[in-house]
Amino acid sequence: MANVTSTAAPERLQLLRVLGPAHVWALGVGIVLVGEYMGWNFSVGKGGMIAGLVACWVAGLLYTCVAMIDSEVTSTVAAAGGQYAQAKHIVGPLMAFNVGLFLVMAYTMLEAANAITVGFLLDTVAGMLGHSGLNQKPFIILAVMFLAWLNYRGVLATLTFNLVITAIAFVSIIVLFLSVQFGGSAVPLDFSAITSDPLPYGWVGIVAALHFGLWYYLGIEGTCQAAEEVRSPARSLPYGTMAGIMTLLIAATLTWYVCSGLVPWEYLGQAGTPLFDAARVTGSTGLMMLLFVGTTFATLASANGCINDASRAWFSMGRDRYLPSWFGAVHPTYRTPYRSIVFLVPIALIFALGAPLDQVVTFSILSGLLGYTFMTFNMVMFRKKWPLDTIKRGYVHPFHPIPALLLLILCATAYVAVFLGYGTQLIAMMCFYIIASLWFHFWRYRFVKRGDQFTMPWPRPNGY
Amino acid sequence: MAYKPPTQSLTGQIFDVFVLLVLTVGALYIPLYMGLAGAAKTPQPIANPTWEALGQNATEQQQWAALGITDPAAANDIITARFDYSFSWIALIVMAVFVIGYFVMVVRLSDREYREVIEERFGPKR
Repeated sequence: MANVTSTAAPERLQLLRVLGPAHVWALGVGIVLVGEYMGWNFSVGKGGMIAGLVACWVAGLLYTCVAMIDSEVTSTVAAAGGQYAQAKHIVGPLMAFNVGLFLVMAYTMLEAANAITVGFLLDTVAGMLGHSGLNQKPFIILAVMFLAWLNYRGVLATLTFNLVITAIAFVSIIVLFLSVQFGGSAVPLDFSAITSDPLPYGWVGIVAALHFGLWYYLGIEGTCQAAEEVRSPARSLPYGTMAGIMTLLIAATLTWYVCSGLVPWEYLGQAGTPLFDAARVTGSTGLMMLLFVGTTFATLASANGCINDASRAWFSMGRDRYLPSWFGAVHPTYRTPYRSIVFLVPIALIFALGAPLDQVVTFSILSGLLGYTFMTFNMVMFRKKWPLDTIKRGYVHPFHPIPALLLLILCATAYVAVFLGYGTQLIAMMCFYIIASLWFHFWRYRFVKRGDQFTMPWPRPNGY
Repeated sequence: MAYKPPTQSLTGQIFDVFVLLVLTVGALYIPLYMGLAGAAKTPQPIANPTWEALGQNATEQQQWAALGITDPAAANDIITARFDYSFSWIALIVMAVFVIGYFVMVVRLSDREYREVIEERFGPKR
């Protein structure tokens, strides 16, 4: 178990170990379930209905690989920061700095996307009630500020809150599906576009759709961000992550089915709140209210988890001096990384208040995608530097290296998918990470204590 | 002999945070703000649109109505908007070079740093 206090400052405050497998599930699914409530439907816009479904399942395969790989490494490197701590021990400080940034950017952009959705949803409902033209900005700011405050106050309350609202959001999808199946909709399901216009962009649309197909599951790897706050990480993290991916595969397929049947694909492909729109089409006030609550809870749960995860990654980098050490402080009363939580609020607000949803989502997806690419060679290096008989692992994933190779192929396909339609953003994001990497290596790294970057009680890695 | 990093002043810490903020906003937000990045999806509206001409059957028309759009002209842009997926192979290769080059650079520079970490933690290589 990582004990960061052992090498530098024994009296330093540590994060509290209070979380169980259900909290891990809630953290993972809570962040991700919003992907069923918004964003995934842009995959239908990029390729049509069939492409949207194929993207849903191919992305599910990609995330199964991610969950398998992540469970092994995280159950062994159980330290706050998740993949960041893994990169530090397995690849090196610069990679860790980049992985930390991937996590922070992916979660902060997701948080911004959630806030945009809250504002959009309230505007839609206000319009339905005859008050169109609602100013969304105060609600966006309020949502981000409230959740940041909740995170500031403590992780247990935060994730218990997440557990409850995530469960309600998940049940809402199930209720909508069952209601529609058993005649609860005034307008019937219609899948005629599958035969009349099956692939509006041809086969290239299927590849392009994978871009937003990732949104169904993006963030599930966040389960390991709270590794230092989990009571039994070797058991809870793999269990919570695997249960989370299964939950999401079911929810994603149900979501595609209901939305594609109730909403014309051209509308669905650009909708801000697809599940709520599907509920509107049913004509049932009860379902509309339920999906309004579900969308609100899913976005709040996700934003809440994002603040939790992004701040842990930022905190970890501050503690290791990859960023100014001021960020590495723990609140004396609440035992939370309070400075990191507060610092990331304005960054989320800049994008939530000033950028379109699909582009904020794309930034989040791109950072996630870079992180998944890292996982492929990280896994291979982990097994090479410490073969199975050299250190005890909490979980050993089967069929190595097939999941890593498959993940690499799917990541490469996903880059092409983003390139189709959003190539400029891809280049902008790569420029950001290249400049940040050079800044770290040639400037910031001088403040880093070399020996402190390896805290696990492992033997010397093979080849070093 | 363990490496002793210099102590960074408060001003230096603030400057470093400022650099990261400028980098984030400059590289990611400014291109969006200036309209240089984003989706290449453009509407190709048809003249005198009807639901039939827009390819919408009776059930889909009910769905549009439930979503608050009863006039086909209002749905014209949404239904006819399409991405342009034509691309040059050179642009695709440039993208691949960016992504692969980035990872190669990061892994190589990381390895250099990692060797220092391992040497300090475990001692010189035997």
